[in-house]
Amino acid sequence: MSFRRFTIAAACLAALTAPALAETTVTVLHVSENADQKAVWDKIASDYNAEHKGVKVQFKYLENEAFKAKLPTMLQSSDRPDLFYSWSGGVMQAQDKAGFLKDITADVASVESAMSPTAVDAFKVDGKVVGVPFEVGEVAFYYNKKLFEKAGVKAEDIKTWDDFLGAVKKLKAAGITPIVVGAGEKWPMHFYYSYLVMRIGGEHALADAKAGKDGGFKNATFVEAGKRLRELAALEPFQPGYLSTSHTQSSGFFGDGKAAMDLMGQWFIGMQGPNSASGKGVPEDDIGILSFPIIPGGKGKATDTLGGVNGWLVTKTAPPEAVDFLKFFSQPKYAQEAAAHGGYIPVVKGAEAYITDPLVKRLAADLAVTTYHQNFFDQDLGPSVGRVVNDVSVSVAAGEMTPEAAAAAIQDAAEQQ
Amino acid sequence: MSTVETSYVEPARRMSANGWTTLVVFLPPALLLFTVFVALPMAEAAWYGFYNWDGYNRPEKFIGLKNYGYLIGNATFTRSLINNGLIIVVSLLIQLPLALGVALMVAGRIAGAAWFRMIFFLPYVLADVAAGLIWRFMFDGGFGLSSVITGALGLQPYYLLADKNWAFSAVLIVVLWKYFGFHMMLYVAGLQNIDPSLLEAAEMDGASPFQRFWHITLPLLGPMIRLSVFFSVVGALQLFDIIVPLTGGGPFETTNTMVSYLYYFGITRMRVGFGSAVGVVLFLICVTFAFGYRRLFMRDD
Repeated sequence: MSFRRFTIAAACLAALTAPALAETTVTVLHVSENADQKAVWDKIASDYNAEHKGVKVQFKYLENEAFKAKLPTMLQSSDRPDLFYSWSGGVMQAQDKAGFLKDITADVASVESAMSPTAVDAFKVDGKVVGVPFEVGEVAFYYNKKLFEKAGVKAEDIKTWDDFLGAVKKLKAAGITPIVVGAGEKWPMHFYYSYLVMRIGGEHALADAKAGKDGGFKNATFVEAGKRLRELAALEPFQPGYLSTSHTQSSGFFGDGKAAMDLMGQWFIGMQGPNSASGKGVPEDDIGILSFPIIPGGKGKATDTLGGVNGWLVTKTAPPEAVDFLKFFSQPKYAQEAAAHGGYIPVVKGAEAYITDPLVKRLAADLAVTTYHQNFFDQDLGPSVGRVVNDVSVSVAAGEMTPEAAAAAIQDAAEQQ
Repeated sequence: MSTVETSYVEPARRMSANGWTTLVVFLPPALLLFTVFVALPMAEAAWYGFYNWDGYNRPEKFIGLKNYGYLIGNATFTRSLINNGLIIVVSLLIQLPLALGVALMVAGRIAGAAWFRMIFFLPYVLADVAAGLIWRFMFDGGFGLSSVITGALGLQPYYLLADKNWAFSAVLIVVLWKYFGFHMMLYVAGLQNIDPSLLEAAEMDGASPFQRFWHITLPLLGPMIRLSVFFSVVGALQLFDIIVPLTGGGPFETTNTMVSYLYYFGITRMRVGFGSAVGVVLFLICVTFAFGYRRLFMRDD
């Protein structure tokens, strides 16, 4: 082979391989099982791929529990994703402390100015931004209007905890199961405990307990919350066998019209139908939303909200294209699309106007005027303490554990961390 | 003794070049796999057990034996240990005799024996997780088999899996149902290896069916029974896959086994150091049992 021929061959080879070499892949790892949400995301990815030659964004799915179990190992391997799903809170802080997350404060400032500040703050660790939120949610009571009517309960009259207990008694007297709860999985019960802590102790209760003030979790707020939870559970408001009911089953139980209320996050709206016996569930027109009642004398307001904040975190070794995609993803036009078709509440301001579902609209309206938004306790506290909160919520409700012992158990877990 | 030794040394001394080749070619891959996938992880787990570690980066917070200290007197862990013990007791006292009884019936050349064997063996083929899910529905007081029974008797619906005193019996029932077929198959294989002429001879000598079973079948089945006890106990100590879909360890953590305890309190809570300590305890129990049992009962097998 002459030298000239060789160079031509080499040039051809280079020409052939060059595009392949220049291709940057951005992998996004998520846990969403919501098909509508996934469809919106796929569209954003394909739009981005079409506009950016040489970059390929890929969404990859892992089942929730598998995701949580595998992520620590994945982040330490060369197989780590560039962007990954996060509930913020304690786990995110641990990931940051271990040095896996990229500081993107300067990069995303422009897109974050258009977002809800509480959601943005959830993805900060010590003032630096490590992730960008896309969704915010709210936990509230969903109630069956027909069953309320049958028992003579008026939702608009339920403002305080005592009003709420009164409604439970009325429903029970009318032969209706007042509340369905998937306590077999524990975390659905921790929504009660969390909201009670928020209503009694106000917006600083959890932060103070974490900081160890006034005996940490052993302080009066947490004990009082346990007592109120037991007060409710003592009325036997839950469906029979609630200790073994899964979260999925419980939404179906509501969908079958067998219980009047369920305290749940926004995903409940899409779940009660498919999991009911008929597959249709309670028609949306017959479902109402009720905010968690206030405790007279408590520091919390009726407009304080509990709910998840989900977003994307960027790994340390991610290429610049990953951050670029994140900015592309966070554009208002995609948030509007998600609001209209994705079945979730985007964090971009103004996107809530595009929401079509009346129930989601109501939640978005609550979130727009929230006086204090609290992330899920079990996410905020991280898995080792968070799961103890879930455990004790069920034990206290069932009368297996005293409110004092429950508060002490959480404090023990916090100290062992 | 010395004669035995020399007879063993002889072939070793004569180990040819061929034998060395075999050793050099076949030992390293096996040794490497064993080291990388068995020995190293075990050593690592033992090391992690001394740390308070969430699984990120290197373990740094050395806490000595504290993880083991948490286990002593921990009500949930104690309950898990007791549950493992209960599974062993039920396996040995109910499952194995039952398996042997059924094996005696279906090992012979009766009509449809092969079918019966297959039917009894089927649950064992099913994945543990699937079995757990199926039985979760069966035990459901609202619409499961349990609701049919309470309905027929005119009783209130009963939710076994929500009853903290009796939920673990659900696990025991599923274990019995699922693994009984496996032990039956072991016994069937053992029974078919027994020379029928021995039983015929005993019959001619006037031995009753019970005498034939007690003095001939049972002793000859000994090795198989010892093996099946071994599998039963080791299986009971490692039970996990049925628990998760069936009860998830609840209600109030009364239905955990040691492995599900490790999973729920170590892995899902990201307390990898603590979980490792539980793993070490489990490992020690298993190893002590396995070696002790083999020395005591399986020497001749």
